[in-house]
Amino acid sequence: MTAAVAAAAGAHFSWNLLDDVRQLFQFQFMVNAFRAGTIVAVVAAVIGWFMVLRRQAFAGHTLAVVGFPGAAGAVWLGISAAWGFFGFCLAAALLIAGLRPGDGHGYSEESAGIGVIQAFALASGFLFVSLSRSFLNGVNALLFGTFLGITNAQVIVLLVVGALALTVVAAVGRPLLFASVDPDVAAARGVRVRGLAVLFLVLLGLTAAEVSQITGTLLVFALLVMPAATAQLLTARPALSLAVTVAIAVVVTWLGLAVAYFSPYPIGFFVTTFAFAAYVGAAATRRVGWRRARALVAA
Amino acid sequence: MALQMTTRPGADVRTAIEARAATVRMGGRPVWEDLDLSVHAGAFVAVLGPNGAGKSTLVKAVLGLIPLSAGTLAVLGSRPGERNAEIGYLPQRRSFDAGLRVRGVDVVRLGLDGDKWGLPRPGGRRRDAEQRVAEVIELVDAGAYAGRPVGEVSGGEQQRILIAQALVRRPAMLLLDEPLDSLDLPNQAAVAALVARICHTEGVTVVMVAHDVNPILPYVDHVVYLGRGGAVSGPPADVITSETLTQLFGTPIEVLRASDGRLVVVGQPEPPAYHADRHEHP
Repeated sequence: MTAAVAAAAGAHFSWNLLDDVRQLFQFQFMVNAFRAGTIVAVVAAVIGWFMVLRRQAFAGHTLAVVGFPGAAGAVWLGISAAWGFFGFCLAAALLIAGLRPGDGHGYSEESAGIGVIQAFALASGFLFVSLSRSFLNGVNALLFGTFLGITNAQVIVLLVVGALALTVVAAVGRPLLFASVDPDVAAARGVRVRGLAVLFLVLLGLTAAEVSQITGTLLVFALLVMPAATAQLLTARPALSLAVTVAIAVVVTWLGLAVAYFSPYPIGFFVTTFAFAAYVGAAATRRVGWRRARALVAA
Repeated sequence: MALQMTTRPGADVRTAIEARAATVRMGGRPVWEDLDLSVHAGAFVAVLGPNGAGKSTLVKAVLGLIPLSAGTLAVLGSRPGERNAEIGYLPQRRSFDAGLRVRGVDVVRLGLDGDKWGLPRPGGRRRDAEQRVAEVIELVDAGAYAGRPVGEVSGGEQQRILIAQALVRRPAMLLLDEPLDSLDLPNQAAVAALVARICHTEGVTVVMVAHDVNPILPYVDHVVYLGRGGAVSGPPADVITSETLTQLFGTPIEVLRASDGRLVVVGQPEPPAYHADRHEHP
């Protein structure tokens, strides 16, 4: 489908990079893809950074997977997939929040309950897909992402929800960091650890719903986990690591969009591949750095 | 059962903790009963006893996190919980996750303003904050490793970082819940000496929960023993005697005096045996 659109537009990659960039932005759908991709990358990076720090990747993955039955159900009912993504992801976030033990710690105890939700979500998704038979083509887009046909209205919804999530994070950022790193001391200092945990799951649900609309529900982690994990390998300074996370997420999204435009293969693959390359590069750099440091100490 | 405590010369006579017949019940069963306690400001208090005796419960009661079932408890002259901003609390824990990629200095900084809303603003206040963080890191001798990810430093080093975090707001009282647990013997001695030094030089009241009395015995001014036979509190010379401890635990315990004058407690009951006993209680 991507190749068909690109071919129809006469897109072909040349080594004249200026011309390639001009080609990228000659159509409104590509401009919107870059707008949406950038919004989603920034939001996913910030929320994902906290998620990795809080070791809630499993909850994040489940919230992303829940988007699949949400969107498939919405399509079956004939309404916009975005409603399904946001509705189901929010509901699942509150459900997972309800599973949490009251004392604010014990992320591991909730994993079985989250797994139950994830399995049921996937099963429901396939039921909805089967119910709406005409929709087989769209399953790939739901699972592995698409950047075609993003309307101005969709970009605005992504922008509003994303701005809301980032504003909330800016307001509660420090207590959230405190509660994530050191829940007991934070609670003793009057931080509402439990309330922040619920709030964060809601933000995570909103973010998973946003990212799903670009990368597909199965590849949400490309933007939610990989940039944050890469940045946390590179530095332990919170502010710097957050900035590096955002930079990596935006760059891999732009690269993924650009390559997907000129190639017949899906965008989710390219975004994930670039993010994976960044992670492997960071891990290798750290290894080499350690070895060098050790060699210096030994010398 | 309380014994009168002697005031250390030069110490503020203000009372940091005052308990009268304090009792906490959980699930209808008393955790401890009729605890009488009077701790003067600036004192080093050890809360001792086997696992399950309610040592952490006492700490949580002081913080106002667990209500008393009976009796009274005053902390820094107010009701428990009202003056928590003046208490540096170090909860019982094993250690930070080895993969936690946050520096020790960030952990200390969170103790200073981690509960504030909004983003930190640059300017004079931020410089003051950074300076205060540097001061307490210096105070606990953590300068060499405070810039490293806190999950990667040793248990003793993490404990020093956490003590710095508890100290960063210049608290009137430090509540340390088993800070020596999971440390090796040299580190236990070093952290105990560090806490004693801070107690004396900074004039901070220290309440330290400990499983083993021996590493902190040289420094403590006041001892609270929670055990099967009730709760005993007083100066170490009165409480840490073979007679009192044997009566408290219902098992023979000997207090020996080493050649350098230090007391050594021998024969504390093993925690599992003690747990079994507690569950038989109606």
